[in-house]
Amino acid sequence: MRPIRVLVAKPGLDGHDRGAKIIARALRDAGMEVIYTGLRQTPEQIVRAAVDEDVDVVAMSILSGAHNHLLPQVAKGMKAEGIEDVLIVGGGVIPDMDIPNLKIQGIEAVFTPGTTTETVVSYIRMNLKRDLAE
Amino acid sequence: MKAVEAMLQGSRRDCARLITQVENEHPKAKEILKEIYPYTGKAHVVGITGPPGGGKSTLTTRLAEAFRAQNKRVGIIAVDPTSPFTGGAILGDRIRMKSLFEDEGVFIRSMGTRGHLGGLSKTTAGVIQILDAFGCDVIFVETVGVGQSEVEIVRNADTVLMVLVPGLGDDIQAIKAGVMEIGDLFIINKFDLDGAIRAKTEIEMMLAMDQRRKTIPLVYPVTASMAGSNRAEGIESVVEGIRKHREDSVENGQWEARRKEQARNEILYFMRGELEAILKAELKRWELKSVYQRNQSPRERGEEILQAWIKGGHHGKKD
Amino acid sequence: MENWKKHLQVEREHWEQTTVKKVTDRFPERKETFLTGSREPVERLYTPAEGDDHYLEEIGFPGQYPFTRGVQPTMYRGRLWTMRMYAGFATAEESNARYKYLVSQGSSGLSVAFDLPTQIGYDSDHALAAGEVGKVGVAIDSLADMERLFEGIPLDRVSTSMTINAPAAVLLAMYIAVAEKQGVSADQLRGTIQNDILKEYIARGTYIYPTKPSMRLITDIFAYCSKEVPQWNTISISGYHIREAGSTAAQEVGFTLADGIAYVEAALQAGLDIDEFGPRLSFFFNAHNDLLEEVSKYRAARRMWAKIMKERFGAKNPKSMMMKFHTQTGGSTLTAQQPDNNIVRVTIQTLAAILGGTQSLHTNSRDEALALPTEDSVRIALRTQQIVAHESGVTQTVDPLAGSYYIESKTNQIEEEALALIEKIDELGGAPKAIDIGFIQQAISDSAYAAQKDIESGEQVVVGVNQYQMDEEAPKDLLRVDPVVEKRQVDALHIMKGGRDQAMVEAALAELKIVCQGTENTMPAILKAVYSYATLGEICDVMRDVFGEYEQHVRL
Repeated sequence: MRPIRVLVAKPGLDGHDRGAKIIARALRDAGMEVIYTGLRQTPEQIVRAAVDEDVDVVAMSILSGAHNHLLPQVAKGMKAEGIEDVLIVGGGVIPDMDIPNLKIQGIEAVFTPGTTTETVVSYIRMNLKRDLAE
Repeated sequence: MKAVEAMLQGSRRDCARLITQVENEHPKAKEILKEIYPYTGKAHVVGITGPPGGGKSTLTTRLAEAFRAQNKRVGIIAVDPTSPFTGGAILGDRIRMKSLFEDEGVFIRSMGTRGHLGGLSKTTAGVIQILDAFGCDVIFVETVGVGQSEVEIVRNADTVLMVLVPGLGDDIQAIKAGVMEIGDLFIINKFDLDGAIRAKTEIEMMLAMDQRRKTIPLVYPVTASMAGSNRAEGIESVVEGIRKHREDSVENGQWEARRKEQARNEILYFMRGELEAILKAELKRWELKSVYQRNQSPRERGEEILQAWIKGGHHGKKD
Repeated sequence: MENWKKHLQVEREHWEQTTVKKVTDRFPERKETFLTGSREPVERLYTPAEGDDHYLEEIGFPGQYPFTRGVQPTMYRGRLWTMRMYAGFATAEESNARYKYLVSQGSSGLSVAFDLPTQIGYDSDHALAAGEVGKVGVAIDSLADMERLFEGIPLDRVSTSMTINAPAAVLLAMYIAVAEKQGVSADQLRGTIQNDILKEYIARGTYIYPTKPSMRLITDIFAYCSKEVPQWNTISISGYHIREAGSTAAQEVGFTLADGIAYVEAALQAGLDIDEFGPRLSFFFNAHNDLLEEVSKYRAARRMWAKIMKERFGAKNPKSMMMKFHTQTGGSTLTAQQPDNNIVRVTIQTLAAILGGTQSLHTNSRDEALALPTEDSVRIALRTQQIVAHESGVTQTVDPLAGSYYIESKTNQIEEEALALIEKIDELGGAPKAIDIGFIQQAISDSAYAAQKDIESGEQVVVGVNQYQMDEEAPKDLLRVDPVVEKRQVDALHIMKGGRDQAMVEAALAELKIVCQGTENTMPAILKAVYSYATLGEICDVMRDVFGEYEQHVRL
């Protein structure tokens, strides 16, 4: 079976990439191909990378508080590209009360501080929208 | 195939998905490559190789920017090593390519080696063909950092850039045996570092002494990232060098010869793969006790089997 | 080895084989190896043998070289540390109100947090600013915002710390201009700008320009302030963010001091006198939960810096050798689970900072793993400092943990490890080069990953996270920044731009460009641009144009 491909991205301007790097390593150690794009990505850039790299998952880390603005834009952009079979998840300092709305907007899981890397790995494995054999 | 048509019409999404199928050796991959083949052969494939830490991604980015300024469509394939233990990989070359992210005229694809040796992945050649058919005028293929034997790029590229940096010293000695001969253009990147001029002289001497070369390749001083910035020096001359290499090799017949060699290699590569599968199946049907009991050497038995198989014989088979 | 030490070692062995063995045979210890918060092994017992051979040279007296025991002879018996709460959000008006509240509650210094567009030199109407305006700090677009930020706060009577790096020169210029409009001259101003670009490349990410022009801007500030703003701390060399990014305690010290060395070298190269700018250098460290490791860390850092300044750079003025530092409790140690427990963590960290001899302290609020802190949470965090200051008794004597066998041994060990890192970085050609090839980033990222693995395996217990969990209701009353703030800020920016003298702005920016292209000090031209109400984004764009932009170097 082919490896799962994940785009790990940091939308917005915050430079705290500890979480993003840890997740990138953990996903690699779980046998996934991780495309890491570095800091300060606009939603447009994230969508473009997700399309070109044909990833199964877009995982975004954000700690600046701009999640309500930036994460839904990525989900929207993916839809506009006609892509609905990519799993979109987010993580970072995101208050619980913001999560329901993010889910409605297409961010299917939001991982808050204290989440183990194992939780993220198994969530991704269980919730892929594409068949790895296809 | 619908996806192929859509890709030929310019759909990035379909291009990306076709690449995925080729990369994964999906059952459809053969059909895809067959359908697109007539549309290939137009792109100039430029391999970018060299030891790790040479700034290959940054150089690739600067070259891509320069070709974009000439309104050329650019494809980039960046290959990174896959972990042999987990099968996972971190494909991090995009970090350096930020300036290209929003440019419609650039298509970037990251690939893991997935256990393949040689500096590329097993399916890189197919992915090059897709980007070629997609309409890229130039395709940069950035290999993993090469050591002694990762020279496969030479079989896939029209022009190979060997990227070195000052201060490698012993490393240059170590790699020259297997690797130095594959470069068409030599780049000394990070030319603002100490020892750059000496490194350039050393490499020029090394190249001049190489008897096998008909022409001595040029060595380009480049600083793809001035003090960690997006400012660069020396890029234009490399761009010109790439153009000139194409022009010269078309003129002296190298271009044609290399492309023919590439085609032959691909056919051979394919046949070898198919044959191996057939031979594996064949081998299962043969008695090998004589070898296990050390009465006959593996080579000896192999030759018998091969001869019989070619003749269509059945001597010594289990069934 | 001296005789008493040999004797002690023999006795120690004997103790291990008899008294200890008797107990451990029946009741084994909880773990085979015990680790510090930085995953360094901890021995069962420390004895004088691990301590000091050279008390006077290595430990000495507070207020004297090598300052291991503190930079002032009387420490908190003389004056308590500055309780400086980092705050700022939304618009200048709202932040101004929070500052006035903090001062009324006994906070003794201001600390300004800027939003990310400001920190990266973008105006609030820049495309990349969308969604970020006023989020993690206050938005400052021009002198007009700065005037509102400090409205009614007499700048000759407060000391102000500004967490600003890449565009530090511009914000400092705005502060000087506001003061002047209040009738306060620059030489009366007290405070600090962070101004530490190297750790932005390493760990925090709010860089703009490449290394070389960034170092020039920094040394321009050093030179300008030594004449015009002599009481200002021109840089706060920060280990805080290096630790937040996941480094160990020893890496925090090693990498921060390596950065410090790079700044000193840049300043010397720019022709400045070490004893002129040396006393204006300050540091900024993290305080994590491992109390004793942290205390040792501060002591080691102080001793190392003193030696570096004296021995490596030949400083003569003892003030140049004193490492003064600000501390902030560790944001990454806070948990989103059972957030009230964070008050206890912050208390331990406060003790670490005070027992380690900090000059000022910010205490984090319990809810910061969830959102920006509410006023209630900020007050508790400030009260934590006040309780340690007035009730705990640890301030009554100087460096109370000195002479503990463990503390002295740990201090030595951190010094040794940090020194090895500095040597490695020297070999690579200094901190900027080591950053350029990703050496420092990778070392930190390795430590961060190891720490995460330890938490997930349960080797490191985090209360409420991997043990002692419970079902909780989602926390309420989190602070939210109204999205309307962004629109208001952008509108105000456009109105301000409409009312200024455009010709004056353009002339000032043109002059700045010429100065940037040359070699003279950039500060006067930046000040002039600020006075003309050129925006932060306009000023930074001029410099982007001349200097180029930094590209990130990551190795994973």
